[in-house]
Parts: sequence; structure tokens; C-alpha cells
Amino acid sequence: MNRRKRFVIIALVILLVLTIIITTAIGSTSIPPDIVSKILLSKFLSIEKTWTAGQEVIVKDIRLPRVLLGALVGAALGTAGCAMQGLLKNPMADPYIIGISSGAAVGASLAFVLLLPVQIVSFVFAAISIFVVYNISKVGGKVPVDTLLLSGIAVGSLLAAITSLIIYTAGVPHQIIFWLMGGLWTADWEKVKISAVMVIFGVLMIYKQGWNLNVVLLGEEQASYLGIDIEHVKRYVLLFAALITAAAVSVSGIIGFVGLIIPHIMRILTGPDHRILLPASALAGAIFLVSTDTLARAIMEPAELPVGIITALFGAPFFIYLLRKRRKSSYV
Amino acid sequence: MFENSEFSRLEVRNLDFYYNGVQILNQININADNGDFIGIIGANGSGKTTLLKVISRVLKPKVGCVFVDGKNINEMKSREIAKNIGVVPQNISINFDFSVEDIVLMGRTPYVKNQETIEDIAVAREAMRQTNTYHLKDRLITEISGGEMQRVIIARALAQKPGILLLDEPTSHLDLKYQIEILELLKGLSKKLIVIAVIHDLNLAAHYCDKIILLKKGEILSNGTPQEVLTHNNIKHAFDISVEIITNPLTNSLFVLPILEKT
Repeated sequence: MNRRKRFVIIALVILLVLTIIITTAIGSTSIPPDIVSKILLSKFLSIEKTWTAGQEVIVKDIRLPRVLLGALVGAALGTAGCAMQGLLKNPMADPYIIGISSGAAVGASLAFVLLLPVQIVSFVFAAISIFVVYNISKVGGKVPVDTLLLSGIAVGSLLAAITSLIIYTAGVPHQIIFWLMGGLWTADWEKVKISAVMVIFGVLMIYKQGWNLNVVLLGEEQASYLGIDIEHVKRYVLLFAALITAAAVSVSGIIGFVGLIIPHIMRILTGPDHRILLPASALAGAIFLVSTDTLARAIMEPAELPVGIITALFGAPFFIYLLRKRRKSSYV
Repeated sequence: MFENSEFSRLEVRNLDFYYNGVQILNQININADNGDFIGIIGANGSGKTTLLKVISRVLKPKVGCVFVDGKNINEMKSREIAKNIGVVPQNISINFDFSVEDIVLMGRTPYVKNQETIEDIAVAREAMRQTNTYHLKDRLITEISGGEMQRVIIARALAQKPGILLLDEPTSHLDLKYQIEILELLKGLSKKLIVIAVIHDLNLAAHYCDKIILLKKGEILSNGTPQEVLTHNNIKHAFDISVEIITNPLTNSLFVLPILEKT
């Protein structure tokens, strides 16, 4: 790892911490960032209390869970997108490409209609859909990448039709449609804790495959000459990418764009080495989603927009700018 | 640093290979020891590439076995095979912005766990020096020439520290200078390794290889020294062309001269 790349990671970590502090300060009641920092640090250090109880409640119970959930979802989508693009060697791959989001959407729609817990049902449906797609694609113990992509698209379309059917016949279409647009407004500490366990574990497990993902970029034939058990790497990466994506989708709905574009932007900055690219995508995904979510809740206060709208609205032009500026990397 | 002190031995025993029900290889037997530079020749579609893929277990045969140092490769893990057999495939293209050194380091894949050690870097650099690619180490793999690429991929295979090096047409689509350079390099490497290369140019094969295996329709038509294999009859049989075999007065190697009709 050369120095410049290490610098990118350190810079992103600092930026993430700053982003968390600043976005926690922003909202209908503005709280100065230094007070926010003190409130956050007071959990670990003994600091003289110079803030009101009201400020503490706003920071700790209202804003922080939402900001942290945004960071976790962003990190999950950034990592899963990066892993899928590498594994499938396809620049259009994102965390949702093999039907996870469509499965989660069916689960969430059903949950809204039948009044079941949305997070659990959508997680289960996401897991089932990836299991089905994987097994459809399996031919003689192998899972060819092209077949995986195509069966993912086919199953995804089928599930999208089911979701549409449910929305059309449901008594509560609004809730489902808002959920599909993606948002973090239901954040609470319980969600933060559950997703933190799954996302941090999954991200670390995927990181351990960084070297192997690099070699897989050379193509399956060369990777196998270099001693990689390609089917094992596929199963492993798909499993954990699915885990973190399902964990993200089940708490936030379907937030587009982060998992597709963040890895591309990071690839431009850091090059193709997944051992840098994966953590960079996780950090940048977190920064991006926390920032856009803050915009989503601040832009037309007291109402708020689904963050999925903001991610694409701001992310797409920025990505187009990068695309025009540098067209060297093989993907973009 | 490179010498695989162990003695390497490759044995291919009674190998058949079918692809979608069509027989591609039929009763292949090969024995090779350290120090052998073996050329595989034969017409297009005679099974040369398939043979290399079966030896490296990318393709698994239903009949017959491949043994490396007496061990059946079907019982070896992918990593273990990669420590014993390095492969330089045909027509490599890499579209990602890895540096040359990154690519050579990937040869250490069977030895590393996500992070290379100082020893891995030392082995990769030694492989680059051996193949005369060290000066390219910081260049991007997407920006080097075809001849340089071929040497980098050989360096990557050497970084695996294999006892056996397999190459599929390492000299095709290179100009004459690079062809000679690659074959000289392989000749040097073959003193310590088993080198097996598919080679199209019969004259270069005759000059550089110690042994030649001539394939025809998946069978070994002839196997032995260039003098034994490269005969008028064998070539007529395998390639369906008439040739004159003469001795190159400068090198004393055989020279295969196609008999062309006068126009």
C-alpha cells in the first residue's frame, strides 16, 4: 500500500468524523458543533456540562441514531457495490443487481399490508431472493457470472411485478412507495445496534477477500492458475454482500446510486486495489449518505424528502463531471 | 532465491479428455523431469491448449491422472497446485490499472493472506529481475508493450515458485526479436524447472526445445528429440503439408522448410 493510498483512507476517516459531528449539529434546532462534540465525548470522558438537557436529548436520542444509521447503510452499500462490481467484473453492478432489493421490496410491501415488522420481513425476503437467484444460476457446481446477472434480472423483474401488484391492490400505497424511495426517518438506537453488528461484520469479512478480488479481476482462468478457488470466492463474497445489503435495505428502503457510483468515484481516486478500494468505498458511502440524508431532512423543513431522491439528484451530476474529466480507468 | 531445491517431476498417465461428449485428448502419456524444455506442437485443434489446461487442472479429466512429484493433482488444493505449476496463458489482456509490480505480486497468491510480506515482495522482485522487467515495476500494466507483457506474466508465474512452468503460445503475436528473447529466457529457466510450451514455429521449437511432443487429433503422434520428431513423414501426417528437413549450417539445428509450389 503506498503512501498516497494510505492518505486517502486517513483523510476519509477524518472527513467521516467531521461529517458526523456537523450533520448532528444541523436540524430544526441548531446546536453548535462544539457542543455536539462535547456531548458525544461526554460518554467517554468526564466533561463539564455546558449544555442543556434538551440539547442532549436531541443529539443523543434523535439525531445521532439517524446519522449513525445513515453511516452504516452508506458503508454497507458502498462496500457491497464495490465487491459486486469486482466479483462480476461489471461496471453496472450494484448491491441490488442480483435481486436483493426486489426481494426486500416484496417483503416490505407485504409487511405494510399485513402489518408485520417491516425490517424483519424485508430482510428475510431479501435473503430468500438471493438464495433463489444463486441456485437458479448454479450449473454443475459452478455459478457463471453471466448467468448470475441474468437470473438476477429475471427474478428481479418478477418480484418487481409482485410489488407493483401489492401496491396497486393495497390500502396503504403511500407507505410502500415512500419506503421504496428510500429513507432513514424510522431510525432509532435499536436499528442502529442490529445493523451495526451485521454491517461491521460483513464489511470486515468482505475486506478479507480484497486480494482475491484483485486477482479475480484478471479473469476466472488466470485466477484459477494463481491458486484461487473461484467458486469459493464467489459464494463467500455474495454471501456477505447480500448480508450487508439486506441489513441496509431492511432499515432504509431502497436507496439507489450510493452502491453504484461511490465505488467508481473511489476507483478513480485510489486505483483498482480492493484492499484500499473496499474501505474507501465504505467510508465514502457513509460520508455521502450521511450528508445527503441531512440535506433530505433540512431542505424543506419541517417536511423531509426521501434521501434516495437526493442521492441521485446530487450524485449523478457529480459523477458525470468525473466521467468527463478522466476517462482512463477501464470501468469509467 | 528461486531455485526450487526440490527435484520436480511431472507425469501424465493415460489421460483422456472429453468436452461435451467429443473426445479431445486420447491416451496421453508424458514424463518430464527438472531441466526439460518440452515443446508441444501440432495443427490447430489438435488439443495442445486443452492438454495444458488439463495438466494445470483448470479442466478435469474423467480418465487418467496427472502427477506432480508423485502426487495426484486431483487430491491437491488449488493453492497447492499453484505452488507447483505456473501457467502463462494465451492472449493475456488486463484492463485494470494495476502496476507491473502489483501484477507480479499476484503470483504470490497461493502464499499470502490478503497482505503481502517483505519476503513476497523480494520474491516478486527477483522474478522481475530474472525476466528483465524490474525497470517496469512502477509502470501501469495497461501501458506496456506486448513483449513486455509476456515477460511480466512469466515473472508472475515465476513468483509462484513453481517446479513446472506451462506456457501457451508464448511467442505468438510477438515480433521476431521478442520471440527469441522469450525463448532464450525459457531456455535459461528450464535448467531449474520443467518448462512446457506450446510453440507454433517448428524451427524455433527445434532450436530451443530438448524434447518435442507432436499432437494429432488429441493423440501423441510422436514424442522425443527434435531429430526424432521432426521428420518429413510426421509433419506430413500432422500438418498435411510436405516439407524438406535440412540442418541449419549455422546452428546445427533442424530446419523445417515447407515445399511451396512455384507460382
